[in-house]
Amino acid sequence: MNIHEYQAKELLKNYGVPVPDGRVAHNVDNAVAVAEGLGGDRWIVKAQIHAGGRGKGGGVKLASSLDDVRSLTDQMIGSHLVTPQTGKNGRLVQRVLIEQACDIQQEYYLGMVIDRATQRITVIASASGGMDIEEVARTSPEKVIREAVDPAVGLMGFQCRKIAAKIGLTGKQIGEAAKLMQALYRAFREKDALLAEINPLAIVNGGSLLAVDAKMNFDGNALYRRPQITELRDFDEEDPKEVEATGHGLNYIALDGNVGCIVNGAGLAMATMDAISFHGGKPANFLDVGGGASPEKVGNAFRIVLQDPNVKIILVNIFAGINRCDWIAEGLVQAMRDLEINVPIVVRLAGTNVELGGPILAESGFPFIMADNLDDAATKVMETLEAQS
Amino acid sequence: MSVFVHKESRVIIQGFTGQHATFHAEEAMQNGTTVVGGVTPGKGGQTHLDLPVFDTVEQAVAETGADVSGIFVPPPFAADAIMEALEAGIGVIVVIADGIPVQDMVRVKRYAAGRDAVIIGPNTPGIITPGGCKVGIMPSHIYTPGRIGVVSRSGTLNYEAVQQMSALGMGQSTSVGIGGDPVNGTDFVTVLQAFEDDPETDAVIMIGEIGGQQEVEAAVVGFVAGVSAPPGRRMGHAGAIISGESDTATAKMDRMEDLGVHVVRNPALIGETANRVFS
Repeated sequence: MNIHEYQAKELLKNYGVPVPDGRVAHNVDNAVAVAEGLGGDRWIVKAQIHAGGRGKGGGVKLASSLDDVRSLTDQMIGSHLVTPQTGKNGRLVQRVLIEQACDIQQEYYLGMVIDRATQRITVIASASGGMDIEEVARTSPEKVIREAVDPAVGLMGFQCRKIAAKIGLTGKQIGEAAKLMQALYRAFREKDALLAEINPLAIVNGGSLLAVDAKMNFDGNALYRRPQITELRDFDEEDPKEVEATGHGLNYIALDGNVGCIVNGAGLAMATMDAISFHGGKPANFLDVGGGASPEKVGNAFRIVLQDPNVKIILVNIFAGINRCDWIAEGLVQAMRDLEINVPIVVRLAGTNVELGGPILAESGFPFIMADNLDDAATKVMETLEAQS
Repeated sequence: MSVFVHKESRVIIQGFTGQHATFHAEEAMQNGTTVVGGVTPGKGGQTHLDLPVFDTVEQAVAETGADVSGIFVPPPFAADAIMEALEAGIGVIVVIADGIPVQDMVRVKRYAAGRDAVIIGPNTPGIITPGGCKVGIMPSHIYTPGRIGVVSRSGTLNYEAVQQMSALGMGQSTSVGIGGDPVNGTDFVTVLQAFEDDPETDAVIMIGEIGGQQEVEAAVVGFVAGVSAPPGRRMGHAGAIISGESDTATAKMDRMEDLGVHVVRNPALIGETANRVFS
């Protein structure tokens, strides 16, 4: 689960990570009041959306007067900010972060992730700050410092000093950086984060360290024990179909093709999309109905897939282990009765109670296109699509 | 021999008296698995499915000589249950739960370091040596005894591949689901090595998916799901996310091919390709 920059900074500040003075604003008057309250004569106006690359899209601007704050906020709030990560439609900006501007002398990268290779929390640091760390890792891997943390003892002071020295910090900055890293680690551990990124971590006037930008991502599986983090969720940043699906216990991800997919199991759902692609088609979505799919759940799956106007055909692919094909079939028939379904439906059933599922569909009188296996299903999807056009 | 579990395995179930655990323990017993008891804290001394229930894994091991545990407890309690099994000396621990916090698994892995135990999962359909031992939630009837090892991340995609194989008369020595989580107990390499060392396994089919780098290290016939998956999105499984160019399904399959693996690009042809390669 992602949170906004201003929320991440608030959280990290409470752990002792130095961040710029600033506050979030939801409208123009609010923004000007925040700037006035902060004092100074230059401010940064930052659009708050979950996608990265905001600077490139014009979502981070310097204001040299309160009038600037007013006009920049006016431009940003209500606009759709397009960045390399948002897609061409961009994201609606609903709030901005107003911060006191600072003079940056040097920029560094500091991050923490759960590294899949070491299977441990790992600190990543680099002297190349303000840049995409993956890009740095690709072009000059020697500039990326990695240090895995032993979960039995946590991030040790010596490790932090080692990292600080390797990215070129000296003198009192080494101790400051170590304190900052341990604060970041505590936040990471205690809030069940999957990723924390301070990019750039800057040395500002007077030589002290400051987290100029902050990004955090949290483990959805741990939210049950992190109510404070759950409250930070911003549903406006998510696809409403995906939010609705989650509420029904379905896992749905919208894509840009025209073949709707309803499958059980994440791996088979991906493989079904791949089989469609292999035959030259384009999946409209990923949808995993999960184990124990009741007829109601199948109906909800249809409702969500059909909300996408691009869907021209639906492929249902079920390999029942915990599931039962007869239940799935009943759900399909029920969905045909309850919903206005004007697209053809290709069905492939296998596994538990498949001998009961087929007849239910055949006797329903609805024109299901039955497939024997995955290849047959993908082939029939493509044939039907071609016959339509 | 098969790998990790076999006819002689003595299985206990943690979270024994729960609904899913009960259903799958019964199904496993009907298909030849030796379940010797279970653990449900607070219900020690009772009998369930005609088998003894214990309060702790330590008691269960002492009384039954169990060496394999199937963990069916809910995700928030799973890390504790795995460590309890490790501490009690269980050799093979199968973790079904989907939704264990990743940092819990980081601690479990640390706790397991230096102990001679295999953790399968979490977020796995489990492990089955057809006709010998099943610890998990897969439908036993699609598996047939044979000499081909199967290792996968996903459950239903594993069923898909196994059915394609069984339809062509290819049986399985053991089928292992390593699970869809980013931090998992046993990786592909460990399972492939075990198959390599098993005289009853002639060849291995590996079914991976996007995210991480485990798949590319070794296999015989392989498929990686997620060619059509967009980057940066979690595709159902917590671990199925493309975080960099080398995480993509195409990149992984290309590298497997470079290493001499017979890569299947169409998931509908896993069985057919295996049949061609192995015969």
